[in-house]
Amino acid sequence: MSSSPVHHTTMNQLQEEVPKLFGFWASPYVLKVIWALRIKGVEYDYIEEDLRNKSDQLLEYNPVHKKVPVLVYQGKPIAESEVILEFIDEAWKHCGHPILPEDPYQRAMARFWVKFQHDKLSPPIWKWFTTQGQEEEEAYEASIEQLLVLEKELDGKRFFGGDKIGFVDLSLGPLSYVIPIYEEIIGAKLITEHKFPSLFMWMGNFLSSPSVKGHLPPLDELQARYQPIREAFLKGKN
Amino acid sequence: MAGEKKPQGLQLLDFWVSPFGQRCRIALAEKNLPYEYLEQDLRNKSELLLKSNPIHKKIPVLLHDGRPICESLIILQYIDEAFPSGTRLLPAGDPYARAQARFWADYIDKKVYECGTRLWKLKGEPQQQARAEMVEILRTLEGALGDGKFFGGEAFGFVDVALVPFTAWFLTYERYGEFSVEKECPKLAAWAKRCGERESVAKNLSPPEKVYEFVGDLKKRLGIE
Repeated sequence: MSSSPVHHTTMNQLQEEVPKLFGFWASPYVLKVIWALRIKGVEYDYIEEDLRNKSDQLLEYNPVHKKVPVLVYQGKPIAESEVILEFIDEAWKHCGHPILPEDPYQRAMARFWVKFQHDKLSPPIWKWFTTQGQEEEEAYEASIEQLLVLEKELDGKRFFGGDKIGFVDLSLGPLSYVIPIYEEIIGAKLITEHKFPSLFMWMGNFLSSPSVKGHLPPLDELQARYQPIREAFLKGKN
Repeated sequence: MAGEKKPQGLQLLDFWVSPFGQRCRIALAEKNLPYEYLEQDLRNKSELLLKSNPIHKKIPVLLHDGRPICESLIILQYIDEAFPSGTRLLPAGDPYARAQARFWADYIDKKVYECGTRLWKLKGEPQQQARAEMVEILRTLEGALGDGKFFGGEAFGFVDVALVPFTAWFLTYERYGEFSVEKECPKLAAWAKRCGERESVAKNLSPPEKVYEFVGDLKKRLGIE
């Protein structure tokens, strides 16, 4: 994926129909939105933000959290990646394939698993990445425990959403390229084919799916970004 | 016993003072949906609770024909989507308005309870910090309310249901934080009063003095003075 800024100065007011996405090249939250737009076949303008020097536009569109991603459509901003994903699914309901299932119970389950990732899975994985010794070991075990829950849920399906990528896949998707980077930096494996046969296969399926393939951040640059982050944490700086 | 009968209808596993549980009670009332309320002992969790929510082991849990749905905002959306007739909690046919509602419900979930807990649990500088943050949070919410009757405009909806149970905690926050919601956020205070006039809210919120008493007892039990 090209990370160069793309600014389209729209001469024609009718081109207001093209949504604008404010993003940052390394953000997995931004990437989820990009993948969702690609699922729906929606063209968009991308604006790369310097997070150390946020644009006036970003601060105007997301005054509450001041974060990316923000999607602006028909002049109106939407913030928070999961909220944006549900918006995309509804605004472009008849394009591409559905991101959330139709059935209310299945929708509740999809939302549950996305929240599970946020509440139960991401914290121990981040802790594993940012600690060492006893703390790192405990976080590793905790991560394994939560990954086993996901493994059981996936249970050999191609995607969490079934045949096609859905809400849960998009949310978990960044794990498929971030975990290998963490493993490389730390020098330990977290998701092995042996222990997590379904998840391992899912990671490959996800990375090779049409909406995702070729739309990842530059992985060598990402690794170069993460390495000093771990080092800083281990040195005791935040 | 052969062929155990699967429970039909709606059941809510809940705890009397929980604002998250109250969200669900209010939503069910707004939709005129009958349900069985099952009070849970959180210090001695029932088999039904542990079976229904094995991952988090928390209330509220809504059971619909025996199938569990967990997490209060997820339960609200489920109720809205599975029972679409009558009051719509999320406005139908307006993706942007729905996104705004989800955004603010998410903000409430991220901010109010956690900050409120620090406010009544801590002392000194950290408590002062929590107080300042709470006022900021309430002001932000008041900004989102604007001059509207409710957060969605004319109709009581998703964001109102998400926030209103916390109005029963305002008294507790005010006493521990030594501030007045009425003074800091008069529009929000007026909104709280307006919501309190709705039957679904009046019947399902804990009286503020009871919440204060509960927090006092909890602090004693936790050994916090």
